[in-house]
Amino acid sequence: MFQRLRENKSAQGTLLALPTMVWMMALLIIPLLLTLVISFGRRSPDGGVIYSFSLENYLRLLGYSTDCENGASACFNSLYVQILWRSLTLAFNTTVLVILMAYPLAYFIARAQPKRRNTFLFLVLIPLWTNFVIRVYAWMMLLRKEGAINLIIGQVAHLLHIPFQPLELLYTPGAVLVGMVYEFLPFMILPIYTSLEKIDTSLYEAAADLGANAVKTFLRVTLPLSMPGVVAGTILVFIPVMGTFIVSDILGGRQVILVGNLIQRQFLDARDPTFGSAASLILMVLTLIVTYFYTRKFGFGEEIVVA
Amino acid sequence: MTNEYAVEMRDVVKRFITPEGNELAAVDHVTMQIRNGEFFSMLGSSGCGKTTSLRMIAGFEWPTEGEVYIEGKPMGHTPPFQRKVNTVFQNYALFQHMTVFENIAFGLEMEGAEKDEIQKRVKHALEMVQLTGMERRRPKQLSGGQQQRVAVARSLVKVPDVLLLDEPLGALDLKLRKEMQLELKALQQQLGITFIYVTHDQEEALTMSDRIAVMSKGKVQQIGTPVEIYERPANRFVADFIGESNFFEGTIKSLSKDEAVVHIPALNADVTALPVSNGLANKDEVVVSIRPEKVRISEKNSMNVNMFQGKVSNTVYIGTDTHVYLDVNGAKLKVYEQNRISRLDPKSFYEVGQDVWLMLMPENTLVLKKD
Repeated sequence: MFQRLRENKSAQGTLLALPTMVWMMALLIIPLLLTLVISFGRRSPDGGVIYSFSLENYLRLLGYSTDCENGASACFNSLYVQILWRSLTLAFNTTVLVILMAYPLAYFIARAQPKRRNTFLFLVLIPLWTNFVIRVYAWMMLLRKEGAINLIIGQVAHLLHIPFQPLELLYTPGAVLVGMVYEFLPFMILPIYTSLEKIDTSLYEAAADLGANAVKTFLRVTLPLSMPGVVAGTILVFIPVMGTFIVSDILGGRQVILVGNLIQRQFLDARDPTFGSAASLILMVLTLIVTYFYTRKFGFGEEIVVA
Repeated sequence: MTNEYAVEMRDVVKRFITPEGNELAAVDHVTMQIRNGEFFSMLGSSGCGKTTSLRMIAGFEWPTEGEVYIEGKPMGHTPPFQRKVNTVFQNYALFQHMTVFENIAFGLEMEGAEKDEIQKRVKHALEMVQLTGMERRRPKQLSGGQQQRVAVARSLVKVPDVLLLDEPLGALDLKLRKEMQLELKALQQQLGITFIYVTHDQEEALTMSDRIAVMSKGKVQQIGTPVEIYERPANRFVADFIGESNFFEGTIKSLSKDEAVVHIPALNADVTALPVSNGLANKDEVVVSIRPEKVRISEKNSMNVNMFQGKVSNTVYIGTDTHVYLDVNGAKLKVYEQNRISRLDPKSFYEVGQDVWLMLMPENTLVLKKD
């Protein structure tokens, strides 16, 4: 039997993939199917699930409501559509901001002396040593009314004899955006750095040799060759931002509810797993659609192999 | 083309700081004049300063001292994109994210050429390197030789005054390399553009060049035509680097314009030879050099001077030649005998242990400086 296995490359591959396949099956595919089944069910009065085939949860998410004013039997309620839209735009804005901040830094590291690069990469990774939630709490300390930022601005204002009311920074969409950008920045820096670092410096020289100045070299050579990194970073940032609820929970409070918070509350507070399951699936589908169109346009960031 | 020289390096020095913190002159007071329309090679082993010199002409590096002139104009810190020279890189440096057409069109787009013009010139450039029909391919889909041609086309499409080539054939196999050598040479003659070619391969330099600069340790050892370099090397380094040679150290006993007598202790004899290096003087410690194919072997002593008796210590038959290794009073000497006659009889070749006479013709025996 071992003899045959030694000769059969594809069987070797299957064997190597088996543990992960079992794991994924048990902890991803099956739960996902369960979620799908539950999402079509109805909530029982005690917070359980009555299995049926009902589209009610999906209709609710898309704005169908039976709880109407004027005694109407059905009306449009934009609450959940708003939440989905807010999540989508926040994820988009976060990704754009993260790209804008990560690219110059990645570029700087990639062009630094080889000896120094590791030090810089190390510094980029240091924040990840601290727990995610603790880092978000740290932002709360900075942003709240009595927090460090208000304190410093207050002191400056005091010195300049300008009247100062502490700014409402916490529990705003801006606070959530700042938190998200902060949390996900390293996940963009690393892939962009990797693709920039791979570019042979003779390509820059070739571009200059052929008449391109620094700006044109960047736009025509550096940027296209580093796109695989940007694409990989975007996937690493956009998808988690779409689903996370901790940042919005801590920094957004009740003001900034994202689809992640919605799902969390259905399972833990409202005890409506059927609606929570439907929201989870909608989130997944939405993320898949965006990722599909994005990767169709830019690829998964692997087509271009830099010499 | 108003200037006699396409490129001139005047007393150029380039110093680098090594990772250990030492200062190193990669190029050490180099002066050379490269004529318009010339195929000029810089030849030397790695670290001799040839690539650094080329990069200073291209504008990727700036001289620490001295000046580079292109078409008579001092370049100073002129960036590469403002110089009328183009480079073919050792690894080709093709843009992998662009097609062959886009790669070649890149330089023209940077000039702001019209679309029609670009189409026309790229097409012409592709014809020139025989790659018509490959426009839409990506560099990765081409063989090494084809990539090489794209790199040449990409540079030539800009019609530079000077084309710089940094070991462009180094990555190709021997057969393809020989083909490309002839092709590049033909292209250069057809276009009349000055080529400056960096290589460590002496055969390549001899095959292609009008003139060669032999470099070592950042300094120019000799500039000359292939014939001059081979037949009249300026010093021992050049004679040793280009081709092969037998060397004997000795002292000049007497010296005139076209004859020197050198005492060679290893042969325990005086040799009459041709003084070649500049600045030789009586009583100088020198080296006498004779190429293996220029030593004649004869059965008997037929001359009065420069004849030595030796013993055959080994022979190697290599097809075109037979290499004969000889022992002369303990000194080693190699002789390449051309196999001009087709023969099989082993007796017609020199045998190991055979006693022979060696003839060092004074006009073939060169007196050179030691370095």
